[in-house]
Amino acid sequence: MDYWFSELHTKDVKLSIRVDRQLYSGHSEFQRIDVFDSPEFGRFLVLDGYMMLTQKDEFIYHEMIVHPAMAVHPRVRNVLVIGGGDGGAVRELCRYDDIERIDLVEIDKQVVDVSREFFPEVTSSLDDPRVKMHYRDGLRFVRGCKDEYDLIIVDSTDPFGPGEGLFTREFYGNCCKALKEDGIMINQHESPFYSEDALACQRAHKRIVESFPAAKVYQAHIPTYPSGHWLFGFASKKYHPLRDLNERRWNMRGIKCRYYTTTLHKGAFYIPAYVEELLKDVEHAD
Amino acid sequence: MKKPTQTSAPIYEALQAMKSMRLVPFDVPGHKRGRGNPELTELLGQKCVSLDVNSMKCLDNLCHPVSVIREAERLAAEAFGAHGAFLMVGGTTSAVQTMVLTVTKRGEKIILPRNVHRSVMTAMVLNGAVPVYVDPETDDRLGISLGMSVDAVKRAIAAHPDAKAVLVNNPTYYGICSDLRTIVSLAHAAGMLCIVDEAHGTHFYFGKDMPVSAMAAGADMAAVSMHKSGGSLTQSSLLLTGPAMQEGYVRQVINLTQTTSASYLLLSSLDISRRNLALRGEQAFAEVTCMARYARGEINDIGDYYAFGKELINGDSVFDFDETKLSVNTLDIGLAGIEVYDLLRDEYDIQIEFGDLGNILAYLSIGDRERDIERLVSALAEIRRLNKRSKAGLMKHEYIEPIVEMSPQDAFYAEKEEMLPIQKTEGRICSEFVMCYPPGIPILAPGERITRRILDYIAYAKEKGCQMTGPEDPAIEKLNVVEE
Repeated sequence: MDYWFSELHTKDVKLSIRVDRQLYSGHSEFQRIDVFDSPEFGRFLVLDGYMMLTQKDEFIYHEMIVHPAMAVHPRVRNVLVIGGGDGGAVRELCRYDDIERIDLVEIDKQVVDVSREFFPEVTSSLDDPRVKMHYRDGLRFVRGCKDEYDLIIVDSTDPFGPGEGLFTREFYGNCCKALKEDGIMINQHESPFYSEDALACQRAHKRIVESFPAAKVYQAHIPTYPSGHWLFGFASKKYHPLRDLNERRWNMRGIKCRYYTTTLHKGAFYIPAYVEELLKDVEHAD
Repeated sequence: MKKPTQTSAPIYEALQAMKSMRLVPFDVPGHKRGRGNPELTELLGQKCVSLDVNSMKCLDNLCHPVSVIREAERLAAEAFGAHGAFLMVGGTTSAVQTMVLTVTKRGEKIILPRNVHRSVMTAMVLNGAVPVYVDPETDDRLGISLGMSVDAVKRAIAAHPDAKAVLVNNPTYYGICSDLRTIVSLAHAAGMLCIVDEAHGTHFYFGKDMPVSAMAAGADMAAVSMHKSGGSLTQSSLLLTGPAMQEGYVRQVINLTQTTSASYLLLSSLDISRRNLALRGEQAFAEVTCMARYARGEINDIGDYYAFGKELINGDSVFDFDETKLSVNTLDIGLAGIEVYDLLRDEYDIQIEFGDLGNILAYLSIGDRERDIERLVSALAEIRRLNKRSKAGLMKHEYIEPIVEMSPQDAFYAEKEEMLPIQKTEGRICSEFVMCYPPGIPILAPGERITRRILDYIAYAKEKGCQMTGPEDPAIEKLNVVEE
């Protein structure tokens, strides 16, 4: 049997993964949810046809969306995670004993339920007593917060679909308001490579620059995401991602990662020339 | 043959049957199902261009409908509880113009509020009817025109017993409804017809607990913008008639200005939308109302904004309120409505219907999603956080009583002097329209005396970034005036 999952990365490029079997398929109020087993990537989660995570490479994404900010901000106590119903970002956050509260805002409860059933190693920390789940629209939730969080992690799907509202100026502006005066916002920032993704990436950067005093991006290599070259946004009211990196402090914590190191941290902020240019184009626009 | 019911869509079905016949087109349009214009086909899609066909036997003819279009019109009349219905392809403008051209002739009077759409006045330029204006009351805090009070209509009828008709704007763009039933019976008692510009009220015919519709109130004609809240394609519309109107005469009037190449894209969109509204309208508009209520509550919770609603009802000039209209007063933010409108589009990628001097209007309809409402509310919250300023210097719209010196037709076609710089026109009679768009309600109409207040208003609206239209001089620095 020749059984493949294919995702179009552009209308002319696709990534195909051989599938052993399909474990789940369902429609939530917001999207279609599928789970497959594959020989190469293990189990993987698909939303509306887009690959969200695979057992083999999810550690890269989840480590990179959490640890860089944690190595910069000296005192993270209150964290807001928006999206990320698979629990991966929360799992990484729960490795820090000094975090006191994690609010997870996910619009689609079914994503959480499916993840709990099929990806227990990813959702393992969702029952940590510090975690509070909110099944709500992220934009709506953050609108009601002011001066409350040290760190906000925007672990959204792509900007075409239910995650659309999490790539807007009104969202980033409200996040800025919800952060304390030295808060940091990290967001899933799409890929700069294929032209359509690059536009979304550029647009998101523009909206963040308009909303925060400082905005940088950093990169990671994620094999199953379009082009494999993925960006994250680091928007901050006070701390600089490199100048305020405290390697010693972070390494003293003894958190062992498979992708992130404080050395890689420094390299991740050195981005290719064409990406620099893509972003610079919107930094001083208008 | 079985008589079609609301579950059928005769024009749509005829188009499908036509497609399956695979006709060889030796008629217009010349793009021949898109083959002759590949770029257009690429843009609109093969399906769309292949339905852009001309009248033919199996598709009927809008100028003289005898088969599928006639059937579609009958179904539309039934769905809207009207005696007759006409599918319109020249926008609701053509439906409104047809109403005015049907009920008046040269020199005849029509009673109407001044805040009518430009199409009413352009119809008077065409046929020479004379307006008798009723002052719509103005809400001082909001700076918007309300409905016509029953007393004002009574006074106008008493002062002009020779008028042929009363025209009512119902609801207004902002959702304000007049006491339509009473106005209809006043007009009928005086031997006048009552016609209704119901461009913003398609949903009144289908939603539950909505303000009364024109046909239900006994009006003689109503222009209904199916493409606004009804979901059909832009430029398609409906004209509804009551039992007092002669169908054949109305058709003749329509044919004075209507195209002889009506678009089947527009016609089929009317047909399908009518079916959709008849079958699912009540549920769909219940959802729209629910979203609008939610948004209104959230916006009012932000502070300073005032998203107004049913609390405005006063039993007369605000007899009822259309809750699906999300109108928000912005003056307490220190921004004119038009400025918030611009910020929403330029900074937040949100396009709303319009902004005037003190308000914005977000149009909610059957295509809206909760998550988009969240965006709108959040963007308004951000605008308040980032852009709030003192409200000093903000001007509110005030009702400026028009001084009608000549009929719109006489003024429009009068001998004109050379165009004058706008600031030098005070005291002269204007011979053209000056409009803020949207909402497209004239500030000046042909035949009206130009006053200092009007000129100040135009200058302020221009400064705030309102899109001004109408005059021959596109920059609106000069105006045409009547030679005196």
